[in-house]
Amino acid sequence: MSMKEPPRISPAMTSAPAMIKTKKLTKSNIVIRTTMTVLALLTIYGFFTFNNQNLKFWPSLMATFANFKTVFIQPHFNHFTFSQAVEGVTVTLALGLLTTIVGAVVAFFLSLLAAENLTNKTTSNIVKTIVAIIRAVPTVLWVLIFAIAAGLGSVAAVIGMSFHSISYLTKAYSESFEEIDEGAIEALKATGAGWWQIVFQSIVPNALTSLISWTFMRFEVNFGVAVAMGAAAGAGGIGYEMFMAGAFYFDIREMGTITYFILAIAIVLEILSTQIKARIRI
Amino acid sequence: MSQTYFLTKRLRSLVVLGVIVLVCFGSSVLTQFNLSQGIAAIPKAIVWGFSNFYPTADSLAYLSDIWAKMQETLLVSIAAAVVAAIFAFIFAILGSRITKVSNFLAVLSRAFANLSRNIDVSVWSIVLLLTFGQTSLTGFFALFIASFGFLTRAFMETIDESGTDPVEALKSAGAGYVPTIFQAVVPSSISQIMSWILFMIETNIRAATLVGILTGSGIGYIFDLYYKRMDYHAASLVVVVIVISILLIEQLSNYVRRAML
Repeated sequence: MSMKEPPRISPAMTSAPAMIKTKKLTKSNIVIRTTMTVLALLTIYGFFTFNNQNLKFWPSLMATFANFKTVFIQPHFNHFTFSQAVEGVTVTLALGLLTTIVGAVVAFFLSLLAAENLTNKTTSNIVKTIVAIIRAVPTVLWVLIFAIAAGLGSVAAVIGMSFHSISYLTKAYSESFEEIDEGAIEALKATGAGWWQIVFQSIVPNALTSLISWTFMRFEVNFGVAVAMGAAAGAGGIGYEMFMAGAFYFDIREMGTITYFILAIAIVLEILSTQIKARIRI
Repeated sequence: MSQTYFLTKRLRSLVVLGVIVLVCFGSSVLTQFNLSQGIAAIPKAIVWGFSNFYPTADSLAYLSDIWAKMQETLLVSIAAAVVAAIFAFIFAILGSRITKVSNFLAVLSRAFANLSRNIDVSVWSIVLLLTFGQTSLTGFFALFIASFGFLTRAFMETIDESGTDPVEALKSAGAGYVPTIFQAVVPSSISQIMSWILFMIETNIRAATLVGILTGSGIGYIFDLYYKRMDYHAASLVVVVIVISILLIEQLSNYVRRAML
């Protein structure tokens, strides 16, 4: 701006000198506001179109709170014993564990292909696209689709659940590989190391901490998934007991017992996961 | 020196590998999982999929029904994430170490969020099924509780990371509590918060399928209906509609995220 130009005074400033305009309408602000407005409108529209089948909202809500109270305050054992509950939890944990390990092994090899600094851009993009499509199919559908070929049970559950873990971990692992300093790879290349030697002597040691942290985080998620698959896709374990107690016997007090078992394991896993993350960051 | 170094390194790797193999073996026995059966199931499923699991011209007749349910599921997922975000924001403000009002309220709000996050959405949906029946509201509340727990934790971390400086500055200028929140905390964390809400919507659409199968509503219900009727062509069409919807929403929210940051 040249000095000869007269100073511009906007009408807003002259008429209301007390108000200072502090908010700038940047692109980012416009996008945030538009997104907020669209989401708010969709939410309101949603509430008007929900299929409620003449349900009385407030009495149902109050009844729900009463049920929650019963679930959490008056848990009891009825159709199964304490040791059976422990067994159910162990089976669910084992399902989550198997899924995580199968997922981690397959994802490790896929992520080597998906990391741009280890292969080329084309291979990386192809693998990443396939993985994104696999992730778009909800886990329960993978399990149900495999159940047709393998029968309902642990085989369909573990294989079906693994698909989602593979896809999630491939994304996470390949991103950790891509963060590795190019120098660490160049140095080994210069010594004449082969591709596998680079992978095992440079890539894996450098990314190991984040690989472990991502894998454990997935285990935490997979426990929840295993509970849900027990309920929805016949995978057994505590999830199945929960489904039977709630949707079959309508015994919400027994559901309370099961809920406490699930909650206890989930909290222990979350604490372990944050501990691992905190220890690794040092 | 170097020999013992490599020896201990190799020994440690062997021990870790051995433990993992043992744990896998134990888990397989417990769950009656058979790895060879599992591997054999994959080609079987692929062959079956290519010969049965694809939409045909006949199944396209169901498309309008499926799309109506998908629309309902999308709206439920968005509404659950948005309403949960409002509650989660209040709880995150009360729980964050930067903006907490009292220690008691902070502990309480963290405990509440922990409870709703760590109990799986499938548990919530079965409890809700008893009172709300096979309606969209069952799905809405189940997703709402799960989203609330997750978003409270995410927002709390976002607010903690945004730092104490803007809050301190406004406090020392004599601003009240509510103006401090809206002028210091909101501007510095809003783009991150929006990003979490978009992520929650994506997660909710996937979870909605599961909730639908358990409670008989939305897209999960219609999949279950065709699946149990063994009308696999129609069921595959449902999967195609879900996949396209999720991929489109992912693209859209990635675009919004890039524009925001």
